[in-house]
Amino acid sequence: MLKIKDLRVSVEDTEILKGVNLEIKPGEVHAIMGPNGSGKSTLGFVLAGKDDYEVTSGSVEYQGQDLLDLSPDERARDGVFLGFQYPVEIPGVSNSNFLKMIINSIRKSRGQEELDALAMLKLLKEKLASLGMDTNMLKRSLNDGFSGGEKKRNEILQMAVLDPKLAILDETDSGLDIDALKVVSDGVNSMRSPDRSFLIITHYQRLLNYIVPDFVHVLVDGKIVKSGDKSLALELEDKGYDWVKKESSEVMA
Amino acid sequence: MSDSMQTLEKHTQSEYKYGWSSDIEMDIIPKGLSEEVVRMISAKKKEPKWLLDWRLEAYAKWKTMKEPNWAKLNIAPISYQDIIYYAAPKKQKKLNSLDEADPELLKTFERLGIPLDERKVLAGVAVDAVIDSVSVTTTFKKKLGELGIIFCSFSEAVQEHPELVREYLGSVVPQNDNYFAALNSAVFSDGSFCYIPKGVRCPMELSTYFRINAANTGQFERTLIVAEDDSYVSYLEGCTAPMRDENQLHAAVVEIYAKERAFVKYSTVQNWYPGDKDGKGGVYNFVTKRGLCNGFRSRISWTQVETGSAITWKYPSCILKGNESIGEFYSIAVTNNYQQADTGTKMIHLGKNTKSTIISKGISAGKSHNTYRGLVKIGKKADNARNFSECDSLLMGDRCGAHTFPYIEIENQSGKVEHEATTSKIGADQMFYCTQRGLSVEDAINLIVNGYCKEVFNELPMEFAVEAQKLLEISLEGSVG
Repeated sequence: MLKIKDLRVSVEDTEILKGVNLEIKPGEVHAIMGPNGSGKSTLGFVLAGKDDYEVTSGSVEYQGQDLLDLSPDERARDGVFLGFQYPVEIPGVSNSNFLKMIINSIRKSRGQEELDALAMLKLLKEKLASLGMDTNMLKRSLNDGFSGGEKKRNEILQMAVLDPKLAILDETDSGLDIDALKVVSDGVNSMRSPDRSFLIITHYQRLLNYIVPDFVHVLVDGKIVKSGDKSLALELEDKGYDWVKKESSEVMA
Repeated sequence: MSDSMQTLEKHTQSEYKYGWSSDIEMDIIPKGLSEEVVRMISAKKKEPKWLLDWRLEAYAKWKTMKEPNWAKLNIAPISYQDIIYYAAPKKQKKLNSLDEADPELLKTFERLGIPLDERKVLAGVAVDAVIDSVSVTTTFKKKLGELGIIFCSFSEAVQEHPELVREYLGSVVPQNDNYFAALNSAVFSDGSFCYIPKGVRCPMELSTYFRINAANTGQFERTLIVAEDDSYVSYLEGCTAPMRDENQLHAAVVEIYAKERAFVKYSTVQNWYPGDKDGKGGVYNFVTKRGLCNGFRSRISWTQVETGSAITWKYPSCILKGNESIGEFYSIAVTNNYQQADTGTKMIHLGKNTKSTIISKGISAGKSHNTYRGLVKIGKKADNARNFSECDSLLMGDRCGAHTFPYIEIENQSGKVEHEATTSKIGADQMFYCTQRGLSVEDAINLIVNGYCKEVFNELPMEFAVEAQKLLEISLEGSVG
């Protein structure tokens, strides 16, 4: 599904990612953990194709093609979804209109027929119900005046309707109370399937109690310094990031 | 069919023929403006003496006035003696079918969603008398007549309803109001007249069904709308279809007279030729639009979507004379390439408990300049007057400019005036968010811009709003990326 090789990325001449290697196979759930400023969000943005992130070396292969060659919308249409840590507000654009546009844009690119208003409403209502969300969400302006929890749930709703192949969730758990956390993780778990992969970026182990990953990687200072299974997350919770930092600097030395 | 409906540039050069071939000498008015020319115009239109006198008075006043230069516009000098002030309705070359029309133009019609029959008329295809729009026009004219509503060309009104025209002409915009209004008063060619009798609610959007006819504007258009007590009318001016027009200077005047509890809603979409990408050519659009709320609770609402013209200079205004009268102004002004727009409104509060709302959305792209200029004045006797203004500017790219000049004059301390202004750029974050969801860059811009303009689109009649949204997309095409 995704092969990242020696990826180096700079923002305004400051190197953020310093040689990241990672392979994600279909159906796998990977978690990236790490302290603030380690480059976690940068990794998500680079994979989604955000401007201002300069790839200085390395490669990213996605479903057999060079991901870095594609524009953000092409990546999205090929099944890459990024759940934003800070979802963007767009005043005056209704949530339902936005959802209709993105669903039909993705459907069109897949050679599927565009959904008419009725079929669209049915789909949205179904997904909202499965996420335990209120239909009022549809009428409001996109993320405009949404609470933190509402924004994150809205991200999961978009993920659910777009049916991506690779979903990258950037700190989707931050700012969520326990109920919202459950809604979000239930949404993710219900979408787990043998041909869909997840990359979960998180600062805390808490989320991984709900979304159990196949692999956990620790990103420190732009490099993956440790990889393991779900127990690594627990160990981190116990010992803190200083422990891996120390260990990794010993390895380097 | 008028020249302003002529949309195929290739035909504008040589293939126009003046409409009356019988006496060519008589019908070519020499270039330039003089008392003689004013007399000729009036004579050609077989106008009564009082109207000729009125024109001459306006001409005399115009001669003493100076061209204004306070607007934030960069204008190449206009030579008023090089303009032909009277041209009979011109004939354009008739095409046999849409296949002969400019494919670019047809594409635009298609994208604007203009009905097929209208496309034919706009493109200059010969059409039978039985096409829908024509018979629809007749049917609706009959229906309006039954309600006592008068809706006709200005010239027709002068002949058929001289007493009404005489009573209200110049009652809202006096001859010497400003340089261009004075010019218009002297030489106006034609326009529309609309009269809604007492207690009548006009059952349809005026000019939706007459759009093709109403597009017959001419260079110096004059519109007069009179709404008697307790009446209502929604009036649409303009057309979303591209207007390629060889007239450089347009100086129109619109007057609205609203009496007690009357409500007049006036919507405009202006899409005249803006000039090319290098700023060559294009229409100068200098318009005076004003409404008088002359009774208790009368209400006038202006909504405009301005995307065309090289230069726009326009301030639809409301004089809130009646107690508790209401004035509203909703505007979207889009400038691209080298276009310049200086537009806004004036809300003059004279009566007690008068209210006004101003929502202005400017969008600048390319190397264009977009200015909001507005005046809120609260007179001595206007107790408890209230105004709310919101002026937003959206910049696309970094070579364009947005400017806001809100003027406030308050002579009564019980007044309450609120002004909000924002300037923003289309955010890179918003763009990335949309494209990450699979929208193309163009779709993302359209979505964000339409969201930004939503408050104003909401004020437009439904079908007009849909076309206006598409028009915005076309106007901003290629402005980013």
